[in-house]
Amino acid sequence: MNQHATDVALARTMPQADVRISDVNLFYGDNHVLKNINLDIRPGEFFAFLGPSGCGKTTLLRLIAGFNQARSGEVCIGGEDMSALPPWKRDVGMVFQSYALWPHLSVAANVAFGLEERRLPRAEIDKRVAQALELVGLGALAKRMPSQLSGGQQQRVAVARTIAIAPKVLLLDEPLSNLDAQMRVQVRRELRDLQRRLGLTTIFVTHDQEEANTICDRIAVMKDGVVQQVGAPMEVYEKPANLFVAGFLGTANILEGRLVQENGARAFIVGEDLRIVVPDGAEVREGSRLVFRPQHASLSAPGAGGLPARVAHVEFLGSTIRYELALGGSRIVIDAPFTTGETLRHEGDAVEVKLPETALMWLTD
Amino acid sequence: MTAIPFFKRTTASATPGQIALGLAIFAFMLAFLIVPVATVLYVAFTERGTGAFTLLNFRDFFATDLFLRSLWNSIWVAVMTVAGASIIALPLAYLTTRFEFRGTALIQTLGFLPLVMPPFVGAVALQLLFGRNGSINLLLDEHFDFKIPFMEGLWGVVFVEALHYFPFILVNLSVALRSIDRSMEEAAQNLGCSGFRLFRRIVLPLAMPGYIAGASLVFVKVFDDLATPLLLNVKDMLAPQAYLRITSIGIADPMGYVIAVMLVAASVLAVWLSILTLKGKDYATVQRGGGGLAKRRLKPLEGVFAYGLVAFILLLVLSPHIGLLLLSFATVWSFSPLPDAYTFAHYARVFTDSFVYIKNTLLYAALAAGIDVVLGGAIAYLVLRTKLVGRQWLDWLATAALAIPGVVIGIGYLRTFYGINLPDGKPLATFWVMIVLALAIRRLPYALRACFAALQQISQSLEEAAENLGATKARTVRRILLPLMTGGILAGFVTSFSTAAVELSATLMLVQSSDDAPLAYGIYVFMQSAAGRGAGAALGVVAVIFVGLCTLVSQILVERGHAAKGAAQ
Repeated sequence: MNQHATDVALARTMPQADVRISDVNLFYGDNHVLKNINLDIRPGEFFAFLGPSGCGKTTLLRLIAGFNQARSGEVCIGGEDMSALPPWKRDVGMVFQSYALWPHLSVAANVAFGLEERRLPRAEIDKRVAQALELVGLGALAKRMPSQLSGGQQQRVAVARTIAIAPKVLLLDEPLSNLDAQMRVQVRRELRDLQRRLGLTTIFVTHDQEEANTICDRIAVMKDGVVQQVGAPMEVYEKPANLFVAGFLGTANILEGRLVQENGARAFIVGEDLRIVVPDGAEVREGSRLVFRPQHASLSAPGAGGLPARVAHVEFLGSTIRYELALGGSRIVIDAPFTTGETLRHEGDAVEVKLPETALMWLTD
Repeated sequence: MTAIPFFKRTTASATPGQIALGLAIFAFMLAFLIVPVATVLYVAFTERGTGAFTLLNFRDFFATDLFLRSLWNSIWVAVMTVAGASIIALPLAYLTTRFEFRGTALIQTLGFLPLVMPPFVGAVALQLLFGRNGSINLLLDEHFDFKIPFMEGLWGVVFVEALHYFPFILVNLSVALRSIDRSMEEAAQNLGCSGFRLFRRIVLPLAMPGYIAGASLVFVKVFDDLATPLLLNVKDMLAPQAYLRITSIGIADPMGYVIAVMLVAASVLAVWLSILTLKGKDYATVQRGGGGLAKRRLKPLEGVFAYGLVAFILLLVLSPHIGLLLLSFATVWSFSPLPDAYTFAHYARVFTDSFVYIKNTLLYAALAAGIDVVLGGAIAYLVLRTKLVGRQWLDWLATAALAIPGVVIGIGYLRTFYGINLPDGKPLATFWVMIVLALAIRRLPYALRACFAALQQISQSLEEAAENLGATKARTVRRILLPLMTGGILAGFVTSFSTAAVELSATLMLVQSSDDAPLAYGIYVFMQSAAGRGAGAALGVVAVIFVGLCTLVSQILVERGHAAKGAAQ
């Protein structure tokens, strides 16, 4: 069977379901692990739970799979409430962080397992095992034992085993964390392609923002059991909802200051006397801090009308030069593209920083 | 698909099936461990006839010279055995772990050999070699005109038991020594400490937990041993007294029960003391990738001394086996250093007339071990994989059987099940199945630990993956857990099986006719008479080979399991 035919055959069996998580609260003993989670994951979407370790992202994934029980709220898949169903009746496929391949079963037997549990006829099982293995490019290794496979191959078997049952939703628990850096980039691209071809609703748990950004349609950034923000990667990066999201997705400069009114206009005073004009229409709340990305500010020689600063450190990163500057008692970093002929600043140089209005964000905790 | 209410919302609790399983196991433990032991306690602490609480029985115990002497003798023998076993084990452990010593593997393996023979079997063989008219003393008398009373009285018991039980100390101590990280020693050397000071200040304290664990085990085992003193004709010790009281005066006499309580108390006390000593001292110092202590090359003179010492100890350790083997082929062996002539007749007799013993042993030990792995596997699963309330108690209960002497189990069974009659009118206590149950309870801790270890090695995600793909809890157990645990379960089965096959203390109380008797009982009966010793020895050799093979099989199973799982990670 050629690749296209396999895709079509499998995609036809794949249901597209949405996942709706409403008002979910989960406790481990007295520990409130998931706090009032509400998420809508669309059919066919590649969705990421992103956050630092301990934020509850894996707990939430395991809740969807049925391995954790919420104290309140519900999880609906394809419109059906899953909360009362045990894991084996949910039809959500999960790829475990450790892959969890059964060492006593061959690759083919691993993939066949879920189909056998569904009491499919042998011929059908054999066909679907072959399809699933073909799909991940492991058709030739069906008779191997898991211990005879490399890490990347084991990971593909884990994926094949899961999609063989044509789950309503595919759950991936940090599936790239056990691979080396090079494999990780390759496999994440493969996962993305596979998901596209099958159109399977997929939820991906990761603590790595680059992973989430590169392969997911939308991400939910989590911290301390609370969803901080949901959106497309660029949107979340450009318009973070709070200081945590701004800091977790990429490097951000965060300046404390106070808001003053003068002559009908607003200004943000950083340190003693650094004055930054607040654009009209910008929403600045009590306790807000000024946030901007390192690549959105630029440096110039003194006298150009920018904010005066002094170069404290210079790091050459290849395509960019990262300057660490002392600015009104704070430290900020600014990335300048490195091109031939670029004026280099040195430690101790006096410079001025230009902040375009569009780069400025005012965020709270 | 319809939504079947499966979990209660607020609490993640056990399923009805798990609750039923837990209750069934508890019922078994209640009937065959708690009630019999409680019965022993009850009888010891109550007035005969009225059932009122009394300490009178204990006053009688402490007022009777024989019993007091027995108590002290038992303590003395147990303590001296620990000392003797330490003298044997310490050099072997130290030399093989700290020096580049040729034949380390051989020594560690030979060190196990005593355990594959019931101690009372060794007693007879040692009597022939070291007894008043044994080979050694005959030779000494002939050439040097003096004799050494190795086997006289309590010393004889100490001698036999120390030779038999030292492997417990050897194994635990060797493991402890090997798990000391090299950097511990190097840090001390770096700060100026070396030689014996280094051993005393760093190595010994770090290895202490292993030593204590082994020593307390030896103490408990010796305290409970019934058959060795009986065969050496030492009667004024606690376990023999309990047996003699019950068999000669009857199961109504409270003194047997009081002695049983003393036995339990001593066991529990020893275990408790060792736990107390070990508390907070679990020094696992080996770092990932770091080896154990540095091995030093022996200087030539040291080498001669060390190899000589090890050879001497091993010869001593193997002497029961050598003696037994000679005896099993001997026509007559009396008042001579070696047998007069050799024959196969004893083996012929064992495999014809006395084959019933072997058959019974196979049946009892297999049934007991079967019960053990089923119970052990179920308890391990409930404890490690479910949220069943009170599951930990099942583990504690099953493990507590370790601290209950076989004599006490035997007495408890007799008392508890004598009043219950079988359909044919015979008391339940005389039914051979009772022997099987006693063996199962006694050996359950071994099978339980094996099942625990096997289950702990299996990552829980393997089960979750099965459930995720549609397998129910029960199907997951069958398709994933059982196949992966097979090696561990089999190892547990073999351990329970082989140790049950040579168990005597509980069996001695419960065997009612020689038709129902197992091998250990058969050996015991044969060894009572001079004419039966040859056949007894042949039976003993059969038992040794039996247990030795089982130990080998269990080792292979465990290692193969490790290899398979290690490769899959």
